[in-house]
Amino acid sequence: MSANNAAKTPANDTAVGTNKPQLPIYLDYQATTPCDPRVVEAMLPYFTEKFGNPHSRNHSFGWEAEEGVEKARAQVASIIGADEKEVIFTSGATESNNLALKGVAHFHKGKKNHIITTVTEHKCILDSCRHLEMEGFKVTYLPVQQNGLVDLEQLKAAITDQTVLVSIMAVNNEIGVIQPLAEIGKICRARGVYFHTDAAQAVGKIPLDVNAMNIDMMSISGHKIYGPKGIGALYVRRKPRVRLEALIHGGGQERGMRSGTLPTPLIVGLGEACAIAQKEMGAETERLKYLRDRMYNKIKEQLPEVFLNGDLEQRIPGNLNISFAYVEGEGLMMGIKDLAVSSGSACTSASLEPSYVLRALGVEEELAHTSLRLGIGRFTTEQDIDYAVEHIVQSVNRLRAMSPLWEMAQEGIDIKSIQWAEH
Amino acid sequence: MKPVSYLDYNATSPLRPEALAVMSAVLQETGNPSSVHGFGRNARRHVDIARQQVALRVGARSENVIFTASGTEANNLALLNAGNHRLLVSAIEHDSILKPARQMGAEVIQAQRSGEIDLDHLASLLQQDSRPAFVSIMMANNETGVIQPVAAISELVHRHGGLLHVDAAQAMCRIAVDISLLDIDFLTLSGHKIGGPQGVGALVLGRDREMTALLLGGGQERGRRAGSENVAAIAGFGAAAMVDTGAELARIGALRDHLEARLQTLGQPITFFGRSQGMALPQSHERLPNTSCFASGTKNSETLVMALDLAGVAVSAGSACSSGKVRPSHVITAMGFGAATAGTAIRVSLGWQSSQEDVERFVAAWSSIQTRQTGAAEAAGGVFTAA
Repeated sequence: MSANNAAKTPANDTAVGTNKPQLPIYLDYQATTPCDPRVVEAMLPYFTEKFGNPHSRNHSFGWEAEEGVEKARAQVASIIGADEKEVIFTSGATESNNLALKGVAHFHKGKKNHIITTVTEHKCILDSCRHLEMEGFKVTYLPVQQNGLVDLEQLKAAITDQTVLVSIMAVNNEIGVIQPLAEIGKICRARGVYFHTDAAQAVGKIPLDVNAMNIDMMSISGHKIYGPKGIGALYVRRKPRVRLEALIHGGGQERGMRSGTLPTPLIVGLGEACAIAQKEMGAETERLKYLRDRMYNKIKEQLPEVFLNGDLEQRIPGNLNISFAYVEGEGLMMGIKDLAVSSGSACTSASLEPSYVLRALGVEEELAHTSLRLGIGRFTTEQDIDYAVEHIVQSVNRLRAMSPLWEMAQEGIDIKSIQWAEH
Repeated sequence: MKPVSYLDYNATSPLRPEALAVMSAVLQETGNPSSVHGFGRNARRHVDIARQQVALRVGARSENVIFTASGTEANNLALLNAGNHRLLVSAIEHDSILKPARQMGAEVIQAQRSGEIDLDHLASLLQQDSRPAFVSIMMANNETGVIQPVAAISELVHRHGGLLHVDAAQAMCRIAVDISLLDIDFLTLSGHKIGGPQGVGALVLGRDREMTALLLGGGQERGRRAGSENVAAIAGFGAAAMVDTGAELARIGALRDHLEARLQTLGQPITFFGRSQGMALPQSHERLPNTSCFASGTKNSETLVMALDLAGVAVSAGSACSSGKVRPSHVITAMGFGAATAGTAIRVSLGWQSSQEDVERFVAAWSSIQTRQTGAAEAAGGVFTAA
């Protein structure tokens, strides 16, 4: 279905009497998700009759808004096994990541100066790290294995007495792989190093427990989990306490860690999104796994020379990232115009550089260029999947039929051995 | 019983129907503005339209509008771009300027009893040092509504080779704000103060300039503010910015003046902050037309605000961010009033839904509280009640 028509709920998502889904089909759930109609419904009263400023402590308009905020705080805390006092609202995962990294680094400046992260993190982690390097911090960018997962022995070896923070994302936005959070947490705790995880793509999709996993800070995004855009949260552990310096100063909201009027309707929406995800995660995981496997298997059955990027097992059910050899990336995108997919992370999708995440897995540049990120989610139907597969297969076959490289490969010529001449 | 009269528009405003309509529609769509497919382009279109609307309202070029998550963030972003300039901020600024500015070692420009900043003091500060200054002044104060002489300040600052940041969170859509006309270098705006949604603000540049970003990451907002755009809220902000507030402001100004006139007829001495003393009403031109801040010197602010809430009227003792913290307003103190006066001040701020009935309800409640015999708090001799 089209996400323009997100009013459909998962319960009635099978269109009756037609096999043709509504076009275009939204298959970009890692870029953003439709706001669930139940979330919108929860938000609406806070735009109109319950519009108070939650920081107005002396009248009931303020209290009513504050009540909405605190209920949402508990809902967010619940989905990650945290205490509600440990949840700081922000404008999104980008701000949460900036706050976690710069906040911890600045607070510990002069005492500890080393941060460890990975090369496949989201841009906002990498950019914050580069910024900290310019301020004099040392940053280790751990490589990942071919399956996209971090090597725990390398992590152990990288930690020094100067290390203050390890920041490793829970789920990658391009390839959907799940990092071994519990193991990383255990290593960090044993060495007395803070563990931050960017869980924008993980919350509501995999079970998370900040205590069982020894997570000290966690970034959460609203619009990746069927909540509104412009809202996120940072979990900040209280015992043992994580100390950080605020990024945005002012009225002292969020216990001084993040100033600015809290946007009550957006917060209520984030809370509701968490509550729905928590309730439905089990069944939805099974449903998405079925759809995802159906899609992957059908593509593999019909097309040779396709490669899945990232581990298949340690992966959220809503993501496939596939490279199609011997096709031209732009041509492929043009050929599947009815499918809204991404060829990289949304932030860089307008650029033509190959994805740095795929390059980090060792995917060659040509293959990286022909990769598609197929993100499925709450409003994706079986018809959507079947239609998408049919069109991807058609498009790849057509492009390969026109490709001399494909022809040569079929004739058994090793293309890499050819010395291309300038002309 | 829920209070029926909301007179705290400087804390936040109910969402205007124009904003609600566009937001309800956008919330039913999906798409990340950074995505190149149709869903993404559609989302980008909403952001682009809103950028033009906000730019139009403040006389800016749309590419110079940087959307943020709040006025507070915009203020922080502005200060971050003070670079190596000397930082000068006025004593009556919002905490989102004062707090970070203090950490940065800013010098403070004094305020006068009128609520305006002391231009002579600013001039002498500018002359003291040959280093160029970054000056931050709010266009209209959130507590008193007093409007600063921004044109004169701008001329003075620029004559000394400085940069001017103006926090217009409370001024936008209430008085004319034109970034080009006033020659402002950085301008802060807030969505929810103008009847747009909470969770969105903007920093607007007078002219394109290299910016240091507060939030790093994806290249959104042309690298000046990372993070997926808050499409629905931005669209709502744009819609609210386009509302023609001319007639509404005249109506609200008249209501405010009526309210002040009624309070004066009650017979008790009352101080209206920022209003020229001894001059005839109305004086709307020097304050925001919607704001009245006053003290009777009897009951403390917190007690008054609580009692008014019980009587069905929501007002404020100062800015919402510091509400609940029992301390006299730094704004009124900076204007030279003693703690006894500052500690009894309350703020009434009107907005698009305010009516004559709201004003009458306030006056009746105020009058009854003022004449009420010893309440529990007074009997106990406590000036401040527990928060």
